[in-house]
Amino acid sequence: MNRATFPHKFLPYLLLLPQLAITVVFFYWPAGQALRQSLLREDAFGLKTQFVGLSNFKRVLADPAYVNSITVTVVFSIATAFISMAVALLLAVQAEKVIRGKTFYRTLLIWPYAVAPAIAGMLWLFLFNPSFGTLAYPLRLMGLNWDPLLNGPQAMTMIIMAASWKQISYNFIFFVAGLQAIPRTLIEAAAIDGATARKRFWTIVFPLLAPTSFFLLVVNTVYALFDTFGIIHAVTGGGPGKTTETLVYKVYNDGFVNLILGDSAAQSVILMVIVIALTAIQFRYIERRVHYG
Amino acid sequence: MKRRSMLAAAFLAMAVTAAGPAFAKTQISWWHAMTGANNEVVDKIAKDFNASQQDFELVPVFKGTYPETLNAGIAAFRAGQPPDIIQVFDVGTGVMMNAEGAIKPAAEVLTDAGMTFDKSQYLPGIVAYYSRPDGTMLSFPYNSSSPILYFNKDIFAKAGLDADNPPKTWNEVWDAAKKIKASGAAPCGYTSTWLTWIHTENFAAWNDTPFATKENGLAGQDAELEINKPLFVNHFQALADLAKDGTFKYGGRTSEAKQIFLAGECGIFTESSGGLGDIVKSGMKYGIGQLPYDSDAPGAPQNTIPGGASLWVFAGKSADQYKGVAAFFAYLSKTEVQTYLHQKSGYLPVTLKAYEETKKSGFYEQNPGRETPITQMMGKEPTANSKGVRLVNLPQVRDIENEEFEKMLAGEQTAQQALDSAVKRGNEAIKQALGN
Repeated sequence: MNRATFPHKFLPYLLLLPQLAITVVFFYWPAGQALRQSLLREDAFGLKTQFVGLSNFKRVLADPAYVNSITVTVVFSIATAFISMAVALLLAVQAEKVIRGKTFYRTLLIWPYAVAPAIAGMLWLFLFNPSFGTLAYPLRLMGLNWDPLLNGPQAMTMIIMAASWKQISYNFIFFVAGLQAIPRTLIEAAAIDGATARKRFWTIVFPLLAPTSFFLLVVNTVYALFDTFGIIHAVTGGGPGKTTETLVYKVYNDGFVNLILGDSAAQSVILMVIVIALTAIQFRYIERRVHYG
Repeated sequence: MKRRSMLAAAFLAMAVTAAGPAFAKTQISWWHAMTGANNEVVDKIAKDFNASQQDFELVPVFKGTYPETLNAGIAAFRAGQPPDIIQVFDVGTGVMMNAEGAIKPAAEVLTDAGMTFDKSQYLPGIVAYYSRPDGTMLSFPYNSSSPILYFNKDIFAKAGLDADNPPKTWNEVWDAAKKIKASGAAPCGYTSTWLTWIHTENFAAWNDTPFATKENGLAGQDAELEINKPLFVNHFQALADLAKDGTFKYGGRTSEAKQIFLAGECGIFTESSGGLGDIVKSGMKYGIGQLPYDSDAPGAPQNTIPGGASLWVFAGKSADQYKGVAAFFAYLSKTEVQTYLHQKSGYLPVTLKAYEETKKSGFYEQNPGRETPITQMMGKEPTANSKGVRLVNLPQVRDIENEEFEKMLAGEQTAQQALDSAVKRGNEAIKQALGN
């Protein structure tokens, strides 16, 4: 194998430095801060600080509200990742079939990705707010008692829809690219052998898309876990009750609203562990089944 | 987002220092949470203050809702860049009072600047609420309000209700709300902002019943909630029952319900007197009544407790900046400024002179009901139940109450269950906040 060799010993480190600096400043430093804070008990203004060991973790894990937010997160993440990937795949396959104006359709489908999460949340709120929502009115005319302010499942549905809608475009781009990488000859050969469109999709296209799907699964899980804060904040604020309070939202709520910094930091540390574990599992077990063409 | 706003603040700070020497004016930053008509009042006061003198420039910065503003201030303090003045809502008073060392008492700011602070000029109930037990005024009352009843006169007429005689007790409110709904005059009878502030804290004071032990926390920090007593349970059960068929409509945890009332969806509405500006602006034919009381409570109505917000001064600023803050507080105390603030926004005047001046001008005769929040708060000598509410973590306790109320209004639990659970969770949270 050919190895690139640098004439100077320090040059490679020098070239790596910007990236390392960014990682240190935006990951290791805050992560270290969170670890430190999670072992402390501190008032909101930081005037009095006390070392309390692991008691923040004990309290957080014994809190029924924390268990609730785990359930909320699992439901929300699975639903969001599944819906956004399934819809994106369907759209990508359909967009492939379009002959005239393919680029036009594609551009339109990619557009929503440019919308910021909080704005996406506001859009859905304007559509479905029980008192001034444009679509809330017809929903009520259809006899549905639409009130996400008090109805937990409806509130959950709303944030799942908003979060999925926003991610569909991203998934769409990757699926379109993935579809284009599949050799036409394979599909044509199958067609000549008499395989139906459905059969062709499930036995040829879908397995060959596995690397793309796997990548998207990881990205979408991380997205649902972390990047949906803006949507939840804008649409439900974690309510009604605590029905839409995900783990990340609870970190925010306890830390920035209720100013219990120790508990909040302990939760972010737990969250960090969860993400590391989840990524490790995905790469160790699911990646093995992925067939890279 | 936080990072971005900090970046913006840094740029602003750079711009400010760059612009500073050219004008040679000391900048005084004022973080506030006023929106709509009340934001216009803030801007006008700042503009007039800046025009009134040469040495200081007051820069008001809108920081979001009340809780967001408080948190922005705390985060800024931790980062070593607090504003000079921050507007903190009544509920955050306990939080700020606990932060000895982070703040400079308003009374001290005034006396250090060589001004005399004459307490007798201010409304006693309000100043007492923002003072230490020893009488030192810690923050400057900016906008004090009291919850009152608003009603839509057109809807009242359509429903066959007497628009000159708004409901006085909660039972009358429930009856009127049912009538509005049944007659089809409006899709909903009654809605309310701030269930916590209006239906627990003020409900308790107005009906002379304790909200929490230790004089609602004023006499000691280790207070325990008492809102699961029968008076509260009956009240909330009535609300839950009315919510079932939409006679009562829930709008949200803070002031979201104002939109419902302004849209003409509900006929009766309880909200802060400070919400008046937007209602006047909407052009609706509205009426004002006292906050309803519970006819089962002996001695009701007692008095309502001060709500709204006050201005806190952060510690560690330069003498020049404190002089500017003092000058601004002195300006704010001026009778004409207070009368403007009171008449334009619906907030209470904080000086007695401004109140008398407004009375003399015949403003209350021309605008019936505008005196209501003042008489409500000052009508009777406060009892141990009605001096105010102060908990170290009242914002968190309110969140807990809200969560339980939402579950109750969704029909998942009864009022008794909701309030029991709010008391249990609330007491635990208070204990934890105190470190016990």
